[in-house]
Amino acid sequence: MLHIVNKSPYEKSSLTSCLAHASKGSALLLIEDAVYAATKGNSAEADIRRATQELTVYALGPDLEARGVRASIVDGVKVVDYGGFVDLVAEHRTNQSWL
Amino acid sequence: MSQVAEETESEAAAEAVVKKFMFVSRKAPYGTIYALEGLEVVLISAAFNQDVSLAFLDDGVYALLKGQQTKALEVKNFSPTYRALEGYDIEKLYVERESLAARGIREDQLIVPVQVVDAKEMAALMEQQDVIIGF
Amino acid sequence: MKIGVLVNEGPYNHQAADTAYQFARAALAKGHQVQRVFFYNDGVNNASKLTEPPQDDRQIVNRWSKLAEEHGIDLVVCVAAGLRRGLVKDNLAPGFRISGLGQLVEAGIESDRLVAFGD
Repeated sequence: MLHIVNKSPYEKSSLTSCLAHASKGSALLLIEDAVYAATKGNSAEADIRRATQELTVYALGPDLEARGVRASIVDGVKVVDYGGFVDLVAEHRTNQSWL
Repeated sequence: MSQVAEETESEAAAEAVVKKFMFVSRKAPYGTIYALEGLEVVLISAAFNQDVSLAFLDDGVYALLKGQQTKALEVKNFSPTYRALEGYDIEKLYVERESLAARGIREDQLIVPVQVVDAKEMAALMEQQDVIIGF
Repeated sequence: MKIGVLVNEGPYNHQAADTAYQFARAALAKGHQVQRVFFYNDGVNNASKLTEPPQDDRQIVNRWSKLAEEHGIDLVVCVAAGLRRGLVKDNLAPGFRISGLGQLVEAGIESDRLVAFGD
């Protein structure tokens, strides 16, 4: 499954909730404000690093760039553009947006 | 053909396909409209003969609490609608154990019979779905 | 692939309408079909012909209309959500139509993938 999270972990618990329900081998795509979770030095970094062990974690490039945090992306998180987002949706039989 | 006739024909054709739909409710009632408008999608889905489940996790479990008295808010108490789901053949209601426990809610405080599952079981249920709509 | 899109928030207030649009555009560029874009909750406000954002800002409503025109995409505003929020036939931007919530469920059935954008 492709899990999509769009909020900062400091604003909503959607990332935490998602991670508690993402099965091994799933994909997690961070978009909009959720990209902050994948930046070095933030307190969600450990959760994201742990997530990369069980899931493939992606972050939307345009959202990282808009927020000025493209350079501080956590190792192991793959950056994709909107085309990559579409590919992820096509690749996974089901997707779930954690709003 | 009129638009309505076209839609009706198209929607009837859609019914021939049966997909597993899960509606995931994670927000509390009244503070925002999502629990109510989410429930409206669930009710409509009954007309399409799909394999429908309704999952309640996080604050979504609050929508099922007995004893909601909305008179002073001057808004409609829509919790009884969850009891009507059975009449629409929507019987798969899953509530997450951890979400209840975190909120100090017991199963007997819920307005409708549900199946309580833990997060791992909920995750497995989600993996089985064809379409997941969360609100 | 046939992809359905659900937009649950209005223009400008949340990024949802932007992300949904960019996603839809990218899907079309990849040769997929966008089966329907369904607007629910405050998403119905994406259909208002009355919006007048600043000239130097993106024109979210017009963008949807243009996308619908160029690619024949079905933009559907939920009738009930629209009525609640004052989106009716008289103030609907070009390319949008008002219909029932059943069109969202149908999109879930007809499409290969349904993606939701919201708060």
